[in-house]
Amino acid sequence: MNKFTSHSGIATPMLGDNIDTDQIIPSREMKRVSKVGLADGLFSGQRYLYEGNQKIGANPDFILNQAPYENTSILLSGKNFGCGSSREHAVWALAEYGFKAIIAQSYGEIFFNNALRNGLLPIVLGEAEIAQLAASSSDLTTVTINLRELTVSGNGGSPISFQLETYYQEMLLNGWDFIDLALQFTDQLDDFAKQDRKKRPWAYLSATD
Amino acid sequence: MPKTLFDKLWSNHEVTQLADGSSLLYIDRVFMHERTGSIALTSLAENGRQVRNPAHVFCAMDHIIDTFPGRGDQTLMPGGTEFITTTRATTRQAGIRLFDVNDPDQGISHLISAEQGITLPGFTVVCPDSHTCTLGALGAFAWGIGSSDCEQVLATETLRSQKPKQMRVRFDGELNPGVTAKDLILFLISQYGANGGNRMVIEFCGTTIDQLSMEARFTLCNMATEFSAFTALIAPDNTTIDYVRGRTFAPADNHLEASITSWRSLHTEQDATFEQEIVVDVTTIVPMVSWGTSPEHSVRVDAPMPQLDSDSQEAQDKLKAMRYMGFEPGQVLLGTAIQGAFIGSCTNGRLSDLQAAANVLKGRHVDPGVTAICTPGSQQVKRRAEALGLDKVFIAAGFEWREPGCSLCFYAGGEGFSAGQRVMSTTNRNFEGRQGRGARTHIASPIMVAAAAIAGKITDCREFL
Ligand code: SF4
Repeated sequence: MNKFTSHSGIATPMLGDNIDTDQIIPSREMKRVSKVGLADGLFSGQRYLYEGNQKIGANPDFILNQAPYENTSILLSGKNFGCGSSREHAVWALAEYGFKAIIAQSYGEIFFNNALRNGLLPIVLGEAEIAQLAASSSDLTTVTINLRELTVSGNGGSPISFQLETYYQEMLLNGWDFIDLALQFTDQLDDFAKQDRKKRPWAYLSATD
Repeated sequence: MPKTLFDKLWSNHEVTQLADGSSLLYIDRVFMHERTGSIALTSLAENGRQVRNPAHVFCAMDHIIDTFPGRGDQTLMPGGTEFITTTRATTRQAGIRLFDVNDPDQGISHLISAEQGITLPGFTVVCPDSHTCTLGALGAFAWGIGSSDCEQVLATETLRSQKPKQMRVRFDGELNPGVTAKDLILFLISQYGANGGNRMVIEFCGTTIDQLSMEARFTLCNMATEFSAFTALIAPDNTTIDYVRGRTFAPADNHLEASITSWRSLHTEQDATFEQEIVVDVTTIVPMVSWGTSPEHSVRVDAPMPQLDSDSQEAQDKLKAMRYMGFEPGQVLLGTAIQGAFIGSCTNGRLSDLQAAANVLKGRHVDPGVTAICTPGSQQVKRRAEALGLDKVFIAAGFEWREPGCSLCFYAGGEGFSAGQRVMSTTNRNFEGRQGRGARTHIASPIMVAAAAIAGKITDCREFL
C-alpha cells in the first residue's frame, strides 16, 4: 500500500447525505474483473449527459465538470458517505480519479474500511467544520491534511483535529500490508483452532485445519 | 458482567487481542460471489498467496448471471461472461465449492448459505457483500466486507476488528393484517433514519420476533445494512434449530446434541446492557412503501410523503429525491401508476414470500401496463415453489417466471428498467439508478408488489387480502 503522510488539494463540496456506492460507481460501470479502469465510471449517473443509455458528453451542471474542481483531490460530503453496496470499486474509482481523502460526517462501515485498505483517507468531521472547509475551498484555495498530526486546515485557517484509530494511522503512514500483519499471528491462530475444534467440532469441515 | 449474545460470539472467536484494544477474530466461513469474489481470488493469486482453508470457503454465481430460462454463461452485461469464467477458474484452482450457474443448489449467496447449513448459529461469517447481515437471523455474527478484507480472510482465516457497539431493538405485539417483516424494517428505518443503526451490532428480540418464521427473520436482518448497522442478530431458538437441522453442512448426528446445547447458550443474559435500546409496538405498523431514493424515505401506504418547509440539507436531499422520483412534497403515493413489478432478491425471494404473493395473484391478472417479473432466490426455492404449483399462479397472472439470481435487484445482469419507469420491488435498495439508469424504485413487501402489479398502481395490499 502507498504511504500517506500529508496532502494538499482542492476540495469539492458534495454535501448531501447518504451518497451511496451505487451513485459513486453504478454497477454498469464495473465491466471487468479488475481494480483498475474505473475512474471513467465515477459518479457516471450524474457526470455525463445521456441519450437513452448512451453517454453523449459531460454534464456541465455536475460539480466535477466545473472549474476548479476538475483538479480536485479531496471530497467533502455529509452523513453516511459510501453507504450501500460493499463494492470496493467505489474506493478504487475515487482513488483512480485522483481523490486522496474524503471528509464527511460519517461513512458506510464497509466503505470506511475499504478506503483505509487502499490508502484513501476517510476523515470524520462535524457538519459545521465541513461547511467551513467548503466555504474556504470555493475561493480556489486548498485544504491541507496532515496525517501525522491528525489535522485538516482550509484556506490557511487554523488546523482542525480529527480522530483516527492509531492502528490505521500507522498503517497509512508506513504503507503496511494488512495481510502481512495478520500472518504474524499464525501461531496464535493454530492454538486457537486446536482448542476451538474440541469445543465446536462441527465447525471444522476438513480433517487437517 | 452479564453478557449479550454478541459478547459471546465475539469472545468465542477472539484469537488474540492487539495492543490497541482491537481483536483478531477467527472467521468460520467465507462466502463469495462472482462479482467481488473473482476479484479477491485473482488479486490473491497475483500476490502469490494461497487460500488457507478452502474447505471453509464457498462461492455462488448470482450477481451477474442472467435469469432467463435456458441461460448459460452469456449475459446482457458487457464483459459479464469474464466474471463468470474467471470465478469458475479461480475457485477451481483454489479448491473452493462453487454453486455454478446451473448447479441444482445455485442461488443468491445469502439464501444458499442458510439453505445448505453453511452458516450455522454461533459462526463468524463474512462475504464481500453488504447483505451478509441477513444471516445474523441464525444467531451468527455475519457481516459484509470489501474485497481487500476478503483477501485477508482467505489468506489468514482472520480479520482484525474493533468491537462494535451494541443496540437492542425490541419488536413487541401482534402484526396487523398485511404487515410483514419487510414492513417492520422499513418502519424502523423510516422512524430512525438510514443512519439510525449507527454502525452498531443490533440484536432484534421481542414477542413479535419470537413468533416470526425463519424466513421472515432473514428478511428483517437483511435490511440492517440499510439502517447502517454493523450487522444484525437474532438469538437461536427452537425455530432456528428446527430450520438448521438436517441441512447439508449442518452438524452430523454425532455432533447434533452438543451443537444444540452450545447454540442454546447463545442468548443475551438478563441485565446485560446495550449502548442503545429501541422498543417498537408493532400494532401501530401498517403496510409500508418507499417514496424516495433512500430506504428512510418510506411511509405507511396511505400517508402522504413529507412536506418540505425548510432549506436544511435534509430537506434539500428529500427534494432531490422527490424530483428524481417525479413527485411533489406532500403528495400521496396511493394510485400512482407503475410500469414494473419485481419479486425476488435476498430480501424477499424465499418460498414464503412467493406464497404470500401468489395468494394475491391467484385468479387475477397483472395490469397490461406493467412488466412483472419473479425470480425465486434459489433453485431450492424454485423447486419447492413449483412443487406447490406457484409457478403456474405467477405465469397465469402474467408474471415472468425466471431462474434464480440477483436479477433486477440491481441490473448487473445488464437488464434494467428504463429511465422514468416506476417499479414496485421487493428488493432492499431504492437508490437512484439501482434498477436501471433513471428508473424509479419503490420498495415494499411481496404482497404490496403483487397487489400493485394487479392494480397497475401503488395500492393498499389490504384490499386484496
Ligand atoms: S439480491 Fe440484490 S441485494 Fe441481494 S445480494 Fe443480490 S444484488 Fe445484493
